[in-house]
Amino acid sequence: MQGFGDAFAAAFALIVGFDADLMEIVLLSLRVTLSAVALACIIGFPLGAALAVGRFPFRTTLTVLINALMGLPPVVVGLGVYLMLSRAGPFGALGLLYTPTAMIIAQTILVTPIVAALTRQIVADLDTEYHETLRSMGAGRAARIGTLLWDGRFALMTAALAGLGRALAEVGAVMIVGGNIDHVTRVMTTAIALETSKGELAVALGLGIILMILSIVINALLMGARSASERAAYA
Amino acid sequence: MRLTSLLVAATLATPAVADDFIIVQSTTSTANSGLYDAILPEYAKVDDTEIRVVAVGTGQALRNARNCDGDVLLVHAKAAEEAFVSEGYGVSRSDVMYNDFVLVGPSDDPANAKDADTISAALDAIATARALFASRGDDSGTHKKERALWATTTTDPSDASGAWYRETGSGMGATLNIATGMGAYTLTDRATWIAFANKGDMRILFEGDEALFNQYGIILVNPAKCPLIKADAAQSFIDWIISPIGQSAIAAHTRDGQQLFFPNAAK
Repeated sequence: MQGFGDAFAAAFALIVGFDADLMEIVLLSLRVTLSAVALACIIGFPLGAALAVGRFPFRTTLTVLINALMGLPPVVVGLGVYLMLSRAGPFGALGLLYTPTAMIIAQTILVTPIVAALTRQIVADLDTEYHETLRSMGAGRAARIGTLLWDGRFALMTAALAGLGRALAEVGAVMIVGGNIDHVTRVMTTAIALETSKGELAVALGLGIILMILSIVINALLMGARSASERAAYA
Repeated sequence: MRLTSLLVAATLATPAVADDFIIVQSTTSTANSGLYDAILPEYAKVDDTEIRVVAVGTGQALRNARNCDGDVLLVHAKAAEEAFVSEGYGVSRSDVMYNDFVLVGPSDDPANAKDADTISAALDAIATARALFASRGDDSGTHKKERALWATTTTDPSDASGAWYRETGSGMGATLNIATGMGAYTLTDRATWIAFANKGDMRILFEGDEALFNQYGIILVNPAKCPLIKADAAQSFIDWIISPIGQSAIAAHTRDGQQLFFPNAAK
């Protein structure tokens, strides 16, 4: 049986050897995931804030729906996007299936409900706190949303990180819409699945260790940026 | 936020995808055993078209190709391939290469399958001993073959599904990992088996029956059904793989000194 020792040795060899294929895979993972999370934030922040302070029909229904969509299985999202982008599907002519763009689309769909639902909660809590103040200032709804989002920016970073964790870890959606094509759509998680299916368990686990290190580095960087700007904000 | 705008810029800066590539919907055995890594650099010497391989089970590859999501099919389930062509989804089918299936299982061989004279007898021995058998259960080429082999026995393993007959619903590699984990017998193509790294206590227990023959075929997806198919580029690749040069590239591919695929395209 291949053990954890072999896995760490494999991870170490891949990192120290500065393996070109590995670098390509890591960079593509980052490009796809960070793009998807950025798009999800652009959609999810205003959507969540609107759900928190807006007054429109079916607001509660929409909130329940968004909360429920946090549990969307990646495979289902992958299948849905596949059917849309397939050459036999409505957007087939765009030729997006089996490209990084398709993977970004799928992960954006996966991550947006998470960002939106957490944003709604964060903004709703802040709104309860600041409601009177904002009203006495005569702030309109749009201005209120803007103020609350800005005030909650550090908490919203956690929402974005939750989305990032989901996108970085999922394999089901990117496998289906990306196809795990070598040098084109292979990312960390699909490479791990591939190595597992080849029985190269140490290499698979080694890649998993590298993915974890990557995730820790990103979180540490953002945490650092957060505390630096928090110091600046409250200095 | 500066970070956000940076990320958006990174998204938009996604390089335009080159148009000179084709998609090959392929079975996993060819990809997992390194065949494409071995032969595609040879093709790159004679043609600029990039070959993008999507490796899935034969059943899924056929379904994807029915949706026009591939220019070329390279799979191993002759009856299903011929149906694909006769239904108009493919232009024509050519033999490419063959190898064989093998029955693998725990080395202590509780069902004594290694003493059987035929694969049917070996499977019946497993059924009689109620020894664990891991089935792909995923409509792949190997799964279709396995079901066809059971049909020649006196056993209907469906009755034992969940008991000694375990349907994994997974790819060959995942099924081999499961078989290794629970000490089950399973049917695999020889190329995947040779290249598989997590054999544990498993070994080949039955091989050599003519019924275990495993033929691979290549098909051009029909541009009449799928207008977006890059038929010329795809046909060039097919012509190359069944040409003497492509065929010898296939023959030259070995793992641990063993040839994995034997070219047999019609001359």
